[in-house]
Amino acid sequence: MNWQRLLRHPSLVIGLGAATAFALLGLISLVWTPYPIEQIVVARRFLGPDPAHWLGTDHLGRDMLSLVMSGTLTSFLVAFSALVIGVGIGVPMGLAAAAWGGAVEWLVLRISDVTFAFPSVVIAILIATLAGPGELNAILAIGIFNIPVFARVARGGALAVATQDYVAAGRLAGLGNAAIAARHLLPNIASLIIVQATIQLSLGILAEAGLSYIGLGTQAPATSLGLMLRDSQSLFLIHPWLGIVPGLTIVLIVIALNIAGDGLRDALDPRLRREGLNHGAG
Amino acid sequence: MNVTKPLALAATALLLATGAAWAQSSEVRIGVALEPPALDPTAGAAEAIDVVVYQNIFEGLTRIDQNGAVQPGLAESWEIAEDGLTYTFSLHEGITFHDGTGFDAEDVKFTFDRILAEDSVNAQKALYEPIAAVNVVDPQTVEFQLSRPDGLFLFNLGRGDAVIVAPESADNNASEPIGTGPFAFVQWDRGSRVILERYEPYWGEAPALTKATYLFISDTATLTNALLAGDVDGTNNFAPEALAVFENNPQFKVLVGSTEGETILGTNNAKEPFSDLRVRQAMAHALNRQEIIDGATYGYGVPIGSHFAPHHPYYLDLTGTYPYDPDAAKALLAEAGYPDGFSATLKLPPVAYARLSGQIIASQFAQVGIKLELISMEWAQWLEDVLGNKDFDLTIVAHVEPFDIGIYADPNYYFGYDNPDVQALNETLNATIDEGERQRIAQEVQTIIAEDAVNGYLFELAQTGVWNAKLDGMWQNAPIEGVVLRDIHWVE
Repeated sequence: MNWQRLLRHPSLVIGLGAATAFALLGLISLVWTPYPIEQIVVARRFLGPDPAHWLGTDHLGRDMLSLVMSGTLTSFLVAFSALVIGVGIGVPMGLAAAAWGGAVEWLVLRISDVTFAFPSVVIAILIATLAGPGELNAILAIGIFNIPVFARVARGGALAVATQDYVAAGRLAGLGNAAIAARHLLPNIASLIIVQATIQLSLGILAEAGLSYIGLGTQAPATSLGLMLRDSQSLFLIHPWLGIVPGLTIVLIVIALNIAGDGLRDALDPRLRREGLNHGAG
Repeated sequence: MNVTKPLALAATALLLATGAAWAQSSEVRIGVALEPPALDPTAGAAEAIDVVVYQNIFEGLTRIDQNGAVQPGLAESWEIAEDGLTYTFSLHEGITFHDGTGFDAEDVKFTFDRILAEDSVNAQKALYEPIAAVNVVDPQTVEFQLSRPDGLFLFNLGRGDAVIVAPESADNNASEPIGTGPFAFVQWDRGSRVILERYEPYWGEAPALTKATYLFISDTATLTNALLAGDVDGTNNFAPEALAVFENNPQFKVLVGSTEGETILGTNNAKEPFSDLRVRQAMAHALNRQEIIDGATYGYGVPIGSHFAPHHPYYLDLTGTYPYDPDAAKALLAEAGYPDGFSATLKLPPVAYARLSGQIIASQFAQVGIKLELISMEWAQWLEDVLGNKDFDLTIVAHVEPFDIGIYADPNYYFGYDNPDVQALNETLNATIDEGERQRIAQEVQTIIAEDAVNGYLFELAQTGVWNAKLDGMWQNAPIEGVVLRDIHWVE
């Protein structure tokens, strides 16, 4: 595979480009935002977009562009951390199921079923009750939701690979289950995992926004796109701009990641285009 | 599922909807943000209880009118002895409770014995402690013996905490309230609504409404839409940030009035570093009151400089005691040994004025070096942590009880202010009847607590009601907790 082949997929270029731009915007907020996000100046609230405040100001006079930058970072950070949990636990689970089979497979599938049965919001409410709301709570809730998604994708992909002759050859050469999983199965399902990860990243950003919106995620004075939406809710009829900015940002990020995911799928494994891909349950 | 069922349901819903429109002339649906935890006003502190039941289901010997004045209630008249220690009340005749049992002096004695009992759960028990004995003279006459004169006694009898309950029904009032008021309880659909209906045998003047429904809608956007769609006819207190939706709409009227809610930055005076007067003074200097009022109440709050309602005749304007001055704040912090400021937590209950004020104050304090960590909590947790265990640095809350400056005389109250001078003054105030003298003492207490910067004094909450333009008779001000239905009526 080379870069030229990748660049032949326009959806990949556009999607990945836009998603990277948003991620960079978020990263920049670590070192610089036009205004400090916790700086409240009530006298300048509800300003429309102007040269001093490109995206206007919110109900407390905070600069909306700064808030969007910082909020985007929070969204990416939460979704990415949740992704690490999902891949880190889910993929080994799926590989183990495929390599060992039998009781291990049964256990992995049942655990996945049970976890799937609880929507991430229910898990988040549970964690919030035990430990209080916060970003960590959101990461855990979305991460737990990600685990069975990756377990299933990894198992499905690995089962297809496990019937190949070279796997049988490896087994004859005396390789154990763990070694087969690591050496033969994992490299061959890596593209599947990467594509699924892109999709889960966009779902994670959506989930973080949802959790913050209902008050279980990020807490003031930190900010996230969902929290901005929540703040704007009661003001929407009078100042619709306050809701449009974070809402549109979420939509754009999610679309960008989905397009990138589709493009990656086409680029990495053309066969998958025909077979379709499990986009995960939202 | 076949098609006829949904159709039939839709038709029924349509009939119900049109039926409601025809019958509107005597029914009202009121949206309120908070659902009461129970419906017994004599066994809980929640304002939400009084909003539904006060003067509607339950009545006291006296009642507070919309100007905050004391009016006769179940007692048609009273006499006060020369020494101010004996009150004799003549009760109205022919009053019945909603379950049909009669009302007489025995019920009054039962009510106050219950309030003052050892195991009483009354939220304002301390207010009634001056009562030494309640004697039944005859079924229509009851006599109160006080252990000391009490200038606010008649007002306190008119509070929701002192409404008269019957021994037959008192135990069930939390879920099925039985009182003597003009409206009887019909049903409570938890999480949704409480329905009241006019009590036809009511002893007093019959109210214009035949039915009232309180709908519990905590979300501002939902309440906005319910008002615009006509699903509710009004609300006594609407979020000020969205008030502009209704301000120029001829179908609605916006009633802006005063409340008894002093909103304060509650400060743990018993804890370092807040036990140092200079630190509290520094915080007072760091507060930009006008910005908080504009940001958190959209300009509807009234600035206060002490713990006292600005519309009260005893009010003294102390807002200039510690004017906004970040430099003075920094100097005082340095003097107190915190040249670089300090970190503290700010625990916020789930109300918009607290959450918004909290963010603004955190930003203002950051300018003088005080770093606040905001902790948002639910009411139950706030009541336990802050009010119960006093486990907090700072908090923001509105004290909605009328004339509640007496809380500064209680060293065990959550903000832990222990000043013998204030305690002595409060005792004198309670025992004083002369108006001029009471005013002088009340103002002295206001001045002391303002200068001691016990708490950060922010603003008096406004009551911002939104009502259907054709409704009349609602209280503009809220001199006491409650939404009194007595005078509400439709006008064409």
